[in-house]
Amino acid sequence: MAGKVPVRLCVNGSEYEILVEPRQTLLEVLREEIQLPGSKEGCGNGNCGACSVMMDGLASNSCLILAVQADGKEITTVEGLADGMQLHPLQQAFLEEAALQCGICTPGFLIAANSLLKKNPDPSEAEVRHHLAGNLCRCTGYDKIVRAVLKAAAAMRAESSKEEVSA
Amino acid sequence: MASNYRVIGTRPIRPDGYGKVTGKDQYGADTFLPGMLYAKVLRSPHPHAVIKRIDTSKAEAFPGVEAVCTGADFPTVTSDEAIDSGEETISARFMTALSMANHKVYYKGQPVAAVAATSPAVAAEAVGLIEVEYEPLPAVDDVLDAMKPEAPLLHGDLYTERLTGEEKRPSNIAKHIQQSRGEIEKGFAEAEVIVEREFNTQMVHQGYIEPQAATVQASPDGRLTVWTSTQGAWQIRTQMATILDMPEGRIRVIPTEIGGGFGGKFTPYVAPVAAVLSRKTGRPVKAVMKRSEVFQATGPGSGGYIRLKMGAKRDGSIVAAEAFIAYDAGAFPGSPVGAACLTGLSPYTIPHLKIDGYDVVTNHPRVKAYRAPGGTPMGMAVESVVDEIAVELGMDPIDLRLKNAVGPGDRMTNGVAYNSIGFKELLQAIKEHPHYTAPLEGEFVGRGVACGFWTNGSGTSTVHLNFNPDGTVNLIEGSTDIGGSRASMAMIAAEELGLDLSEVRPQVSDTESLGYNDGTGGSRVTYATGVAVYRACKDALNELKSRAAILLEVDEAAVTFSGGIFRAGAAKEIRIQDVIKQLGKTGGPFEARGVSGSLQRAPAFGASLADVKVDPETGKVQILRWTQFQDVGKAIHPAYVEGQLQGGAVQGIGWGLSEEYSFKDGHMLNPSFLDYRMPTALDLPMIDTHLVEVPASDGPYGVRGVGEVCIVPPPGAIANAIYRAVGVRMTELPMKPECVWRTLQTAQQEQVSETSQAG
Amino acid sequence: MKNFEFVAARSVDEAVAALAQSKGPARPIAGGTDLIVQLSEGRRTLDRVVGLDHVPELHHVSAQSDGSLHIGAATPCVSIYSDLDVRRAFPMLVDSTSIVGSVQVQSRASLGGNLCNAAPSGDCIPTLICLDATAVVVGAKGRREVRVDSFCQAPGRTVLADDEILVELRIPAPVAHEGGVYQRFIPRNEMDIAVAGAGSWVRVDPQSKVITHARIALASVGPTPLRIVEAEEALVGSEVSQEAIERAATIARDEARPISDVRGSADYRRHLVQVLVRRTLLGALQRAGIDTDRVKGGVALGG
Repeated sequence: MAGKVPVRLCVNGSEYEILVEPRQTLLEVLREEIQLPGSKEGCGNGNCGACSVMMDGLASNSCLILAVQADGKEITTVEGLADGMQLHPLQQAFLEEAALQCGICTPGFLIAANSLLKKNPDPSEAEVRHHLAGNLCRCTGYDKIVRAVLKAAAAMRAESSKEEVSA
Repeated sequence: MASNYRVIGTRPIRPDGYGKVTGKDQYGADTFLPGMLYAKVLRSPHPHAVIKRIDTSKAEAFPGVEAVCTGADFPTVTSDEAIDSGEETISARFMTALSMANHKVYYKGQPVAAVAATSPAVAAEAVGLIEVEYEPLPAVDDVLDAMKPEAPLLHGDLYTERLTGEEKRPSNIAKHIQQSRGEIEKGFAEAEVIVEREFNTQMVHQGYIEPQAATVQASPDGRLTVWTSTQGAWQIRTQMATILDMPEGRIRVIPTEIGGGFGGKFTPYVAPVAAVLSRKTGRPVKAVMKRSEVFQATGPGSGGYIRLKMGAKRDGSIVAAEAFIAYDAGAFPGSPVGAACLTGLSPYTIPHLKIDGYDVVTNHPRVKAYRAPGGTPMGMAVESVVDEIAVELGMDPIDLRLKNAVGPGDRMTNGVAYNSIGFKELLQAIKEHPHYTAPLEGEFVGRGVACGFWTNGSGTSTVHLNFNPDGTVNLIEGSTDIGGSRASMAMIAAEELGLDLSEVRPQVSDTESLGYNDGTGGSRVTYATGVAVYRACKDALNELKSRAAILLEVDEAAVTFSGGIFRAGAAKEIRIQDVIKQLGKTGGPFEARGVSGSLQRAPAFGASLADVKVDPETGKVQILRWTQFQDVGKAIHPAYVEGQLQGGAVQGIGWGLSEEYSFKDGHMLNPSFLDYRMPTALDLPMIDTHLVEVPASDGPYGVRGVGEVCIVPPPGAIANAIYRAVGVRMTELPMKPECVWRTLQTAQQEQVSETSQAG
Repeated sequence: MKNFEFVAARSVDEAVAALAQSKGPARPIAGGTDLIVQLSEGRRTLDRVVGLDHVPELHHVSAQSDGSLHIGAATPCVSIYSDLDVRRAFPMLVDSTSIVGSVQVQSRASLGGNLCNAAPSGDCIPTLICLDATAVVVGAKGRREVRVDSFCQAPGRTVLADDEILVELRIPAPVAHEGGVYQRFIPRNEMDIAVAGAGSWVRVDPQSKVITHARIALASVGPTPLRIVEAEEALVGSEVSQEAIERAATIARDEARPISDVRGSADYRRHLVQVLVRRTLLGALQRAGIDTDRVKGGVALGG
């Protein structure tokens, strides 16, 4: 009764039209079918944030979305954060601030932090901590992650004010 | 102070970082091979049962299923040989049972069968069709209950091992460790203040975010290729060879990137299953655990019961300590109670000691190492009692510790003398730290301090260096990089060879491309692999010096090396890069090697300083400020050293406040990240660090391992801070809100009844 | 997870038809943050899942001209607590919708889903009860309205028939001098299920400082979120005072019907109810414009 169904996804700017089983999560389809394994499964029930992706502009747990629900939506994964060889300021700040150790949670944190900075370019430490509370990191104790997000935010603000001046 | 080093002590971007921030690095579950199948394991729903019958026919007939396996497909391993399992050994037969049960199950979640299918969903559906008939047995759910003579026995053939020989009667007590010094009765007779407390702690999980995963390809010639995320590729090889009864040389383990381990990723839980299924199908088989399986069927950290009595004189000198420590090993022997016996009381010069440690089996998952394995519960006990003595004596808690602190030449509880250690320097640093002296204001707030000790490991590491025609160096090591060690290894090489860090490319080898390596555990990598890198560099420089002599047209004895330049007298010099570029002209390529082993211990001391606020109405404890102190010997990459301290501190905070396995009749009630509560970013302040650098006795630069000791002191520091905030002594981990509230209620009721009696 | 058929509905009628025509068990899915976990853990097996992502009527937050609020049932939490009208006029709704799961969960989890999941711990349900919300339900037999305080019947069970879906939640317009607060107690500061939760809502006569209306509802201390009418009755007609607050909190504690489980014992939960009702009542009074520092009996605002 329940065969595969076609789904259209726009992932990191590329269009995909693929057949999925209704029970497949977006995470599984991103990793196994589209072969973008940067999004990780840490818990499979929305409690660790390692699978975070942006869907239509909002950070979401891709393990808690059926791929069929994502039909027609725009998805950004960690693989889509950098502009070609140019790292996103968050990626650069995570490297400079040693904000990762094992790195398994890093994709989810980058996505969550990116969604914060999109709506709040100048967050306080408390706001960063609140926004990242859905992402578990077991290596860093979060200290350097919070610092990296604050640093990236400052860098992005400086960049955009430069653009405004030149414009 | 100006550093003598060019690279060491700086904070460069780690060489492997780019793959991690772009999502390109391959972790355990990220192996994708053509024709790959997906395995799913059927696990026991009972904590203790005999398997009467397994019927796999329906699963085998299910569309998409390619193979099914049970214990019958595994070799029968009966040997009690101790197999290296990373940070501890385990009997061969018990290790095998962690991958697949045979006839009997000893914990809920133990594997009893598995399928390989064309998709993860089909595999998951098919295991549900396997019929297993069990005869449930009574479950042993608590260490003290397990020790009682009338307790149900897990293993009819397990006898208590002690120095005086094995017992005649089988028991759930696998081992009894005894340590003593002086005369314990005399010690307590001399004491003017005696404090005795009982402590209960629960099993906890390492909580790595990446579940265990392995992909195995079997080959018709009997060889296996294993891609897996592990702390020790060589240890996985040894264990798989034992489980599958095959020669080690026929297994190639290729370590992927690893998403955390903390001691928990040395055991091949699913790789042997994938191997058996790959042999049956000829196709690569991937097995990835779900989080609930990780909680219930991998090796958590041990919990247990501790009774501790300590006595001191009025001048603050601690004169006697007596400890009874029973640790939960889970289903098979091997709790870290030995380390608890050794590390808990060793920070203090105590003339009269008696320690009894018990390794106890229960129907819980079999424990594994977890960051300073065994150290944290005992650290909580010792540091709470020491704090209570300080309060009784009216002494500053740091002054009390300084009065009793060990120094070089003093002895651990097992009689072994310390070499270079920095405990006193650490205590002095706390005393002078602005956090320690800062006023703390407000209602229900308190500041607590606690210390911790860990012996640290060393072990064997092998490192190769080879050279590129552009003058750069490849560094080949076998130590899984779990938190930035490739960076520190490359930094050591860059320092010694006078190269820029970008000219050293580090990578982690598989088991066929490099000699033997112990695993990434016991805080050993920066120390022991660092020594191997250092020695490989010396080996390289020996040869490069002779090559430089050829290029400089001088006698080799006339050549000196410093700062990346070979010199012969004032006029002749050549950069090391230029020597490397011309290897072809001077005798051809070569490879430099370094091996380390038998290094002296480089012990580590750490401390936590915690400010907390307690909500007395709910019992909830909030961390207001935290500083983590540690003697790190020498920080190679200070940012990653700080990161180790911060991560360890927060794991200790989680252990202290919210993390525990909740069992009922052998069933874990909270096998998810929802109810197994690890701290989130919102639960914490910034974690300040203070590094003390007292050089270790052995090895270059005075490096000490830094990974483990930082998890030992946090629960004690929190408990001591809670005491100062609201006046109650916490003796249970975790100090979750309900537990703190109940302790406060009990104290209030006692106060009321005392007042009414007094009235 | 067993496979199922997925129907992406484009309208409420399509969704209802798809449910009605299913041969086996069927459920609508909005955000899916509860349902997908239930399916993947095997706690629920379905033949058909009806997707609501593309049903426009179910995704809106609309302030009405009379000051009341209509929220499409599948509207995610983030769209509710980010809405300026909600933030201004219904802060209690912000209290609840902003603590469901994490930021990532709030991007998907819907207000209607929180209600239809009917978990005893559903953080939005006490708030909807306190705000006297009405659920608009559409099914094969037509449309009906159900008050939220009688919507949940048992853990995971609601008044909805198999072919009915929750379409909209309607919250009456607030008037002056009223306010409500929802708080839950969790061991961490985020990402937990309530050990206990309490919502308190009051309307106060500004001259006499007499409480004229009150609603109190609890989470995680009964088989469904509980409305505690006895505590409400004890408040109505009383002048704002520490005694009145404490009396209501004590009644709520006694009326709670908690169980002991891995998240907390029954007696701890009862105690928490008392603490939370006291704290939320104070917060509600503040939102109603009462200076609680000057309340009779000298109450102090608890954290």
